[in-house]
Amino acid sequence: MAGLTAARRRLRPAAVSEAWVAGAFVTPAALVILLVVAYPLVRALWLSLHEVVLTRPGEEPFIGLASYAHELANPDFWAAVGRSLSFTIASTALELVLGVGLALLMDQPLRFRWLLRSLVILPWALPTIVNALMWRWIDNAEYGALNALLLQAGIIDSYQQWLSNPATAMWMVILADVWKMTPLVAILVLAALQGISREQIEAARVDGAGPVSTFRYVVLPLLTPTLLIVLVLRTMEAFKVFDIIWIMTNGGPANETQTIAIYAYQTAYRAFDFGRGAALGYLIALAIMLLAAIYLRLLGRVGRS
Amino acid sequence: MAGSARRPRRLLRATILYGAMIAALAAILAPFAWLLISSVSRPVDLLAKPLSFIPTSISFDRYAALTIAANPDSAAVGFRAATMNSLVVASVVTVVALAVGIPAAYAFARLRFPGRGWLVLAFMATYMLPPIALVIPLYQIMSGLAWLDRPIALIVIYSSFVTPFVIWLMRGYFESISPELDDAARVDGCSRLGALVRVLIPVSTPGIVSTALLAFLLAWDEFFYALIMTQTNAAKTLPVALNDFIGRHGIDFGMLAAGGVIAAIPPVLIAFVFQRYLVAGLTAGGVKG
Repeated sequence: MAGLTAARRRLRPAAVSEAWVAGAFVTPAALVILLVVAYPLVRALWLSLHEVVLTRPGEEPFIGLASYAHELANPDFWAAVGRSLSFTIASTALELVLGVGLALLMDQPLRFRWLLRSLVILPWALPTIVNALMWRWIDNAEYGALNALLLQAGIIDSYQQWLSNPATAMWMVILADVWKMTPLVAILVLAALQGISREQIEAARVDGAGPVSTFRYVVLPLLTPTLLIVLVLRTMEAFKVFDIIWIMTNGGPANETQTIAIYAYQTAYRAFDFGRGAALGYLIALAIMLLAAIYLRLLGRVGRS
Repeated sequence: MAGSARRPRRLLRATILYGAMIAALAAILAPFAWLLISSVSRPVDLLAKPLSFIPTSISFDRYAALTIAANPDSAAVGFRAATMNSLVVASVVTVVALAVGIPAAYAFARLRFPGRGWLVLAFMATYMLPPIALVIPLYQIMSGLAWLDRPIALIVIYSSFVTPFVIWLMRGYFESISPELDDAARVDGCSRLGALVRVLIPVSTPGIVSTALLAFLLAWDEFFYALIMTQTNAAKTLPVALNDFIGRHGIDFGMLAAGGVIAAIPPVLIAFVFQRYLVAGLTAGGVKG
C-alpha cells in the first residue's frame, strides 16, 4: 500500500489516470490468464513436495525435495532428457536449414513460384494430430506408402518396421515434425528476405561477390535476427513435444521416443504418481524458462549490435 | 565469348532451381495427396502388395458415413460430436481471447503504467509454460468443480494460453500504427476506450482477422489437455476422437484418413483463403520482439 502511494506520488496526475485506464484494460486478460495459471503453479509446487499417489489415497506426507532428488538421480529421467535434446536439436536444425533453403528458392524469380508460395502453407495448416496420423500411416510396416515407394524404387529390399524399430522410430517422428514445421520457418525467412533491399545485394555483386559469398556476407547477417527468433520459438516448442510422438509411437518402441513430456505424463497418469509428475512438470518448466532467459540475453545482444 | 560461356551456366542454374522447386512441391504435396487417396480408396487397394498408389476405384462412402449418413455407428456418432465440440470450443476461446486480449494489447502498446514491463514478461512466460507443469492441479480443480468432461473446462484452459498469444500479436500490430492517430481522436474528445473502439480497432481489422484465425487454429489443434480432461462424446474434441480412431479403426486406414481430412478442412481452408493475413500475422508475431 505504501509502495503504491509512493509510486503514485511520483507520477503526474495524467499518468495516474493513464495507469487506472491501463489497469482496467489489463485486468480482464490478467484474470483469464492468471486464474488458470497462478493457483495450479502453487498447487503443483505443493504436490511436488508431497508424496501423492492416487492408488494410495488419504495419505499425502510431506517429503520435501525427495521427488526432485529421486528424478535427478534416475537414469530413466536423464535418458528422456537426452531424447528430448536429440529431438529438439535434430528437428530444429533441419527445419532451419531446409526452411532457409526453401525461402531462398521462393525468393527466386521463377515461373510458377506463386504455386510454391501458396502451397507451402499446407503442411503448417494441417492439425498436429492429423499430421501425426498421416505419417503413422505412411510409415506403416505392413501397408505403408513409404515402404512401397522405397521398395519399388529399389532403395530397400524388404519392408522396414520404421516406427517399431528403435533405430529408426525417432527419425520418423523428426521427419514428420520437419515436414510440418519447415514451411513456417520458410514463410518467416521469406518475409525477412523480402525486407532486404535489392541495392545491398546488387552492391555486393558489383564488388565481385559470387552468390555464395553474397549470401554468406550480406544476406545471412541480415537474416540473423529472424533466424534467432525462429530458433527460440522452435526449440522451446520442440523441447516440450508431446502430441506428435504420442500419436505416432506412444513413446515406444522400448521407450526409444519417450521424450521428457511423455515420461512425465506416463509417470503421472500411468503410475498415478501425481507428486513425482508435478516435480517433473516443474523441472521441465524450469528448463524451458532457463532456455528462454538464455535466448533473451542472446537476442538482446544481437539487438544492440 | 563471355556470353557463350554464360549460357550453359544459366541453363544449369535454371535446371537446378526448377529441379529444386519440383522436389519441394513433391515433398509438400505427396504425403497429403496420399492421405486424400487413402481416404477414398477401397481397403483392397490400400492393402494390396505391391501397392499401386493409384486406386482402381474411388468412393466417398467413408466421408458420408462420418458426416451425413443416417444411422451412424458409434464411431461416426463420436466423430460428429467431436466436430461440434471442437467448433464450439475453438470459437468461444477465440472470442474470449480477443475480447480480453485486445484491450490488454492496447494498454501494453500505448499506455505507460507501473509494472508494465514485468507484466508483459509474466504473460509471455505463461504462454511458454509446458502444459505438463499445470495439468495435474488443473485436473484436480476441474474434477472438484465437476467440469471434467465438459467443454467449459477446455474453454477456460485454452483461453489462458490463447490470450497471451493474442496480446503478443496485437501489441505488435498496434505498435506498428502511428500513435498520432489515437492522439488525434483523443484531442477530438474521445476517451481511451473511445479511441480504441472507434479508431484503432477499425484500422486494425487485418491484424485482428489474422490474430483471430491464428487463435482459432491454436485452439483447434490442442490435444494434450483435451486428452486428459475429456472422456466421452460430451466434450471430446476432434484430436481426441482421431486418437480413438487408431484403436477403433486399426485395420481400416481409409477411415482414419477420411477423419483426418475432415479435421484438416477448417484449418486448411482458413490457411488458403486468408493466406495473406496469416502470413502477415505470423511474421509480425515471429519477428517483432
